[in-house]
Amino acid sequence: MAALESPQPAATTTAMRHAFGNVLSVLILVLIGVLAFSIRLFSVIKYESVIHEFDPYFNYRVTQFLSKNGIYEFWNWFDDRTWYPLGRVIGGTVYPGLTLTAGTIWWVLNSLNIPLSVETVCVFTAPVFSAFASWATYLLTKEVKGSGAGLAAAVLLAMVPSYISRSVAGSYDNEAVAIFALIFTFYLYIKTLNTGSLFYATLNALAYFYMVCSWGGYTFIINLIPMHVLLCIVTGRYSPRLYIAYAPLVVLGTLLAALVPVVGFNAVLTSEHFASFLVFIIIHVVALVYYIKGILTPKMFKVAVTLVVSIGMVVCFIVVAILVALVASSPTGGWSGRSLSLLDPTYASKYIPIIASVSEHQPPTWPSYFMDINVLAFLVPAGIIACFSPLSDSSSFVVLYIVMSVYFSGVMVRLMLVLAPAACIMSGIALSQAFDVFTGSIKYQLGGSSNSTDNAEDTNNAPKDDASAGKTDKGEEIVKERSSKKGKKKEREPADKPSVKSKAKKKALVLPLETSIVALLLLIMLGAFYVIHCVWAAAEAYSAPSIVLTSQSRDGLHVFDDFRESYAWLSHNTDVDDKVASWWDYGYQTTAMANRTVIVDNNTWNNTHIATVGTAMSSPEKAAWEIFNSLDVKYVLVVFGGLIGYPSDDINKFLWMVRIGGGVFPHIKEADYLRDGQYRIDSEATPTMLNCLMYKLSYYRFVETDGKGYDRVRRTEIGKKHFKLTHFEEVFTSHHWMVRIYKLKPARNRIRGRAKKLKSKTTSSGWSSKSEKKNPWV
Amino acid sequence: MVKSTSKDAQDLFRSLRSAYSATPTNLKIIDLYVVFAVFTALIQVAYMAMVGSFPFNSFLSGVLSCIGTAVLAVCLRIQVNKENKEFKDLAPERAFADFVLCNLVLHLVIINFLG
Repeated sequence: MAALESPQPAATTTAMRHAFGNVLSVLILVLIGVLAFSIRLFSVIKYESVIHEFDPYFNYRVTQFLSKNGIYEFWNWFDDRTWYPLGRVIGGTVYPGLTLTAGTIWWVLNSLNIPLSVETVCVFTAPVFSAFASWATYLLTKEVKGSGAGLAAAVLLAMVPSYISRSVAGSYDNEAVAIFALIFTFYLYIKTLNTGSLFYATLNALAYFYMVCSWGGYTFIINLIPMHVLLCIVTGRYSPRLYIAYAPLVVLGTLLAALVPVVGFNAVLTSEHFASFLVFIIIHVVALVYYIKGILTPKMFKVAVTLVVSIGMVVCFIVVAILVALVASSPTGGWSGRSLSLLDPTYASKYIPIIASVSEHQPPTWPSYFMDINVLAFLVPAGIIACFSPLSDSSSFVVLYIVMSVYFSGVMVRLMLVLAPAACIMSGIALSQAFDVFTGSIKYQLGGSSNSTDNAEDTNNAPKDDASAGKTDKGEEIVKERSSKKGKKKEREPADKPSVKSKAKKKALVLPLETSIVALLLLIMLGAFYVIHCVWAAAEAYSAPSIVLTSQSRDGLHVFDDFRESYAWLSHNTDVDDKVASWWDYGYQTTAMANRTVIVDNNTWNNTHIATVGTAMSSPEKAAWEIFNSLDVKYVLVVFGGLIGYPSDDINKFLWMVRIGGGVFPHIKEADYLRDGQYRIDSEATPTMLNCLMYKLSYYRFVETDGKGYDRVRRTEIGKKHFKLTHFEEVFTSHHWMVRIYKLKPARNRIRGRAKKLKSKTTSSGWSSKSEKKNPWV
Repeated sequence: MVKSTSKDAQDLFRSLRSAYSATPTNLKIIDLYVVFAVFTALIQVAYMAMVGSFPFNSFLSGVLSCIGTAVLAVCLRIQVNKENKEFKDLAPERAFADFVLCNLVLHLVIINFLG
């Protein structure tokens, strides 16, 4: 690579420059890793080293179990402390990648006599893997465009707010390791495509296996890569390297995906994977066609084509007919609910209210793009153009990646996370191009015309990457447009002439010195704005652990630790086998921190069970007591934010309970709880609303706080202020009334007048059963 | 019309056969191995059609192991073929070593999945 110049000292200087460049790159990468790790530590500094949110608590509990009982117990674990009385097969329904990774790290550290607790390892797994992810981005972008672009992309990914939001210290969720696995798999795919080596193809399949273990989003990979292969075939870029990159991945990848219990036979039976099989067949057909074209004469090849096409059409038709019949026989066409809601965004709101109710599954608003990827939103289009200047297989892949991820991020805000690496890669390419042009211009202008031939040759032969000539050319054209907007046409012309002679086919555009310096400074300022925004976002917006709340008031910082207070109360004041009923949001936290059996939790796999709890919350006290008693529930937990103004409490989520409950039990109708289509809890609320369990449990004795019962979240006084509970008794209310726990009163021993009531009930029910639907819980 | 198509088909087969006989012996051995692997896979599918697909994981691992070795052998053939300009500086020993490694991983997974 360095032996292009004949004179000896030039060769050693180039070698020295490469060595220096390599050392500098390594140093920069280490610093990028440290940056990625430390920007995610704000929540540990501002609050404490605690696990955040809801889902991470489940992962933490599973990791605790793994570290205590070993891997065989974990693999076969049936959890009976959740979804009572159904239980949950943890081994078969959890993506094991994250837990196994953290468990391995904990085990390795402990065997080296570094006694870190499981919680510490879990909290810091995400920052460590984000450092790895930035290094993987460097490798990927280096394969596409060169190490300069790689470094730029890596530093952008280390700080991009969208990725920070899901990988702060304490956010112990699947995405923490899955994004690293995603980028690494793509890097190995591109590396295989560029080198055609079967060794990298094997590594690619193993990295894909790690991705399947970690996250349900692996279907993105197994659909994007076939799409790219199809694109390459259609645009005439088929090559043997493409076959080596794709075919072993499909076979090995399908097998490895089927090994993971969560996926199992879905790897060959669901529509999410059909694209890969279809393209597998297509690439074999194409490979065969190319092979036969290579060994036949053109005349014979034409004969072969006509013969094969006529027979092949018939066979194809039969196969397609069978396939369509198979797929149409399943009601969703073979797709799972979540994937179908990605393809048809209105599907979930019509058929599956649980998927529609999760706030992460809503489409994003425009401001969230600027919040999450900030400056990169401007740089991405420039990067796309730069990728087209020498269009290679790898740059077409990155373009396809960003287009697909932009579409999916527009459907679901949670998938902005998949957009982040693509945006960083594109922006890194754009930034690196721009810097190349500007610094090249400055070097040329300062060096004078004696260096012109040297410089031109250098920029042509600089062997950092294989597309440098085309890159500088395209970069110059971009800058040409920019500088023409600044109106400096006159200065451009004379600068063109001296360097035109040195290159035969490509014009070496060199900008005037002032333009380059100003543009360079502006780019650096852009970077500074980006850094400021990212640090602000990491510190203020994304570091809240949501289990501890704070607020600034006149007398300093006020901390609301009600959640942990109530879970601790539960674990100290109730029996180990007591069942706690609450809305599904709090299931994971209750099992992990309070160590009590829950009825429903965040896994939301059983809609009817959740609808049962929702119906109970929406029914009057007696009916709710019946439902909860049939489920052996002892305690009911309700989250209430009216005293301090906490907006995500159960009263605000109540309409979803009604909708989900009403979806299964038709006697719950949403219209009963709304007055003129409006959801209210004040004196104008409907009697159904004022009598339902959720209202009563939230506002019991609330009027005692300020005498008027003013709800700070709904900003009105409550409707029914003085009432007693007949079937429940209050056992605990936390310090700021955020969590309220009630106990079911035991059934009464003797009910007066019951025999008379029964007789009259049976006669009256005989008349009314034909006219209206019976409430099954009465 | 039919006669000309049948004559065309005969010409086609003859030219195909003559062109194929010109390939070197080592490539022909690899091709034979690929045909054998695909044939084994087809036998397994026919057997499944007769006796039913339980246990499905054994069927899947059997068929995919045949198809997997066929695909890997095709990759080896691509890399070893002297006519491929892209691979002319790849030593055939390295190609074979990669082939063995990939087969090892494949069969490890197969044996784990076989049940």
